[in-house]
Amino acid sequence: MSRRRVVITGVGAVTPLGVGAGVLLERWVAGECGIVDGEGACRDFVAREHLSVKEIRRADRFAQMAMIASDEALADAGWQGELPYDAERVACVLATGIGGLGSLETQHDALRDGGEKAVSPLSVPLFMPNAGAGALSMRHGLRGHTYSVASACAAGSHAIGAATRMIQYGDADAVVTGGGEATLTPLSRASFAAMGALSPSGISRPFDARRDGFVMGEGAGILVLEDAEKAAARGATVLGEVRGFGSTSDAFHLTAPEPEGTHAAGAIRAALADAGVRAEQVDYINAHGTSTPLNDASETAAIKRALGDEALRIPISSLKSATGHLLGAAGAVEAIATLLAFRERVLPPTIGLDEPDPELDLDYIPLVSRPLEPLDGKPIALSNSFGFGGHNVVLCLEGVPA
Amino acid sequence: MSTATPEAVEARIVEALASFGPDVESVTREATFEELDIDSLDLVELAQIVEDDYGVELKGDDMKNMKTVGDAIDLVVARA
Repeated sequence: MSRRRVVITGVGAVTPLGVGAGVLLERWVAGECGIVDGEGACRDFVAREHLSVKEIRRADRFAQMAMIASDEALADAGWQGELPYDAERVACVLATGIGGLGSLETQHDALRDGGEKAVSPLSVPLFMPNAGAGALSMRHGLRGHTYSVASACAAGSHAIGAATRMIQYGDADAVVTGGGEATLTPLSRASFAAMGALSPSGISRPFDARRDGFVMGEGAGILVLEDAEKAAARGATVLGEVRGFGSTSDAFHLTAPEPEGTHAAGAIRAALADAGVRAEQVDYINAHGTSTPLNDASETAAIKRALGDEALRIPISSLKSATGHLLGAAGAVEAIATLLAFRERVLPPTIGLDEPDPELDLDYIPLVSRPLEPLDGKPIALSNSFGFGGHNVVLCLEGVPA
Repeated sequence: MSTATPEAVEARIVEALASFGPDVESVTREATFEELDIDSLDLVELAQIVEDDYGVELKGDDMKNMKTVGDAIDLVVARA
């Protein structure tokens, strides 16, 4: 028996480029950057414009952004306030790198300054990493599997992969998935800076010779995944298909990627094998492309190792050049941007890449978008996500025919 | 610590409950917590506020027996 196919029927996003998935693609394609003063904050996201006082008090910013992105994604899927399937067959898998860190810091301040009795009874439900998944489940009445995925900067892609497997295996008919992250906080800034991971220049320029670290961003991306047959039966508009999912681990270093990209390449191969796709069929790679010296070099090595000569042909770009690094939300937002770009038949650029690194010799679509002419009817992408802890995740995504 | 006149307690409790979400106009003495969508987590926070302001400690059994805004006001005034 062939396995069930998994299609994407709705997307929503809150990113440094604005509130909405449409503005994310438009501004990226136009070469605009949402990074201000060295951070990719979601400056256009004002919680009280979307949520009640009670909802705001009971959700950390990462969950609030996921809630708003999920409203957009479900509306985009045409779910119109009602689930098209038995609620226990609709699941929710939401990624986060850290969870409600801002709330944790606030409550720790309260404990230090006011003692135990000053700590809010809402503390745990605010900062637990699964708070976002729980919030989406409650908000939309999703009563199937609900849990959170935490694999640092690979989590967004891991969530989509887990959601895909859930549908393929028959554990759910639809899954609301993606990621949320809001860690523009004092402790987070200090922690990432102490590691030497943050860009001192505050500029995200993946694959550029001058790249000096990542720029922290925040945001959320939500996708509605459905069993393809059931989506077709209800007449859903399909944005694309999750063709393949591959995941490996470096088992090498706490934070640094294995420099030869050996196991990241393994994840790329696994995603292609899972999809039944050959390197010759890949139209585009959405890179992890963090703008750290180590990632962009090891990722380039991994792409070459996995794809051979085809690596030189395939255009590659990094959304992080326009948004900074959305950590646990990154993979989800990047999958959304890739699918929307495919629908518009455009390949968005790596912004700020005007001084190529001689060591990095692939086609990173510097500075300017270009039209996409699919090799075959339906364009195929690989979307890479790698995380502290040595997590490598690759999705193989297919866009819609013209 | 504030002076626990009935008027002051009522004003403080109404203000606190309204800050949890319901419109301030709906927070009347007769309104039930259920109608106001005030749940057990909100009541723990209310207890923290009245303890800070009036030194009155509300325990689990007290909370269970409070059904309306008026119940909470009367209990705090009686113990302050």
